[in-house]
Amino acid sequence: MSNPQLVMYDEEFQEINEVIGRLLKEANAKVIFLVDKNGQLISGVGETERFDTTSLASLTAGNIAATGGLAKLIGEKEFSILFHEGEKDNLHISIVGGRVILVVLFDSRSSLGLVRLRVKKSSEELSTIFEKLMKKSEEREKRGSSEFPFAEITDDDIDNLFS
Amino acid sequence: MSFINYASREINCKIVYYGPGLCGKTTNLQFIYQKTAPDAKGKMISLATETERTLFFDFLPLSLGEIRGFKTRFHLYTVPGQVFYDASRKLILKGVDGVVFVADSQEERIDANIESLENLRINLKEQGYDLDKLPYIIQYNKRDLPGTMTIEELRRELNQTNVPEFEACATTGEGVFETLKAVAKMILIDLKKGK
Repeated sequence: MSNPQLVMYDEEFQEINEVIGRLLKEANAKVIFLVDKNGQLISGVGETERFDTTSLASLTAGNIAATGGLAKLIGEKEFSILFHEGEKDNLHISIVGGRVILVVLFDSRSSLGLVRLRVKKSSEELSTIFEKLMKKSEEREKRGSSEFPFAEITDDDIDNLFS
Repeated sequence: MSFINYASREINCKIVYYGPGLCGKTTNLQFIYQKTAPDAKGKMISLATETERTLFFDFLPLSLGEIRGFKTRFHLYTVPGQVFYDASRKLILKGVDGVVFVADSQEERIDANIESLENLRINLKEQGYDLDKLPYIIQYNKRDLPGTMTIEELRRELNQTNVPEFEACATTGEGVFETLKAVAKMILIDLKKGK
């Protein structure tokens, strides 16, 4: 498969939230999201309750996919940073470690320069965490570790979902 | 690929509705959206043209409930069916966990069905997937219209691998939930096997 399954564990989840929590403060941002390239929301900090985070994640991934398609057409590997400027709020979208999307929403209390600067630093930290995470799930898969919650489900469990 | 989050105890899966233009992919999602309880669904997003043809994708998040303490979420996507939107279709297939092929049962659309099904195979292959190994089902839509082909004829043309198939009329909702349940179940069974 082109993209191995993404699995998130408590330890890394906390580390990730620490990094983006710090970024939120340092970049003076309103909200920060981390989204899988497939459109699944990984985490979010800041005023997340004001936004439809699921839709946001899906559209961000669609956006990155579409611009990635454009990049390939002109012979680029990808466009690693996108910036959308609105009247009040702006979106800074960047690709972290090749597979995760970092979305920073900010207004006039911050600036594009500041956001870019802080995002760069945090991206490196996030890349390291995601690399660790990928290795961890690969190792667990090799060991055939069966802590996976679905290994023991029955047909009845599945049927119950639809009742 | 599905996303398993142990920290928030969630499992997210992606289902893509594929098929030729005007076969009823968006109508499937609209019916599901209308008939799902508000607390189990998110907003439905349609990136469509002014004439309501899908331009990029439709998106509908559904949460089905819990299995063994894990919230089970399905993200439903449609692709734009029109032939010239192929670049967009490829993008939407990224990370897919299960596919529903919506076929238009009308006799004059059989060539469009066959072309779209071949296109699905090719696009999946480009992403490193094999349709025969994915959870995959066929829905024969528009069964209520006059001039439809028989199920036997459709099966011969479109379902040579003998995957589960459903008859449907997406405008009235007949067969829509049966289709969704079947593919969701196949995905969960695949997850159970640890694929």
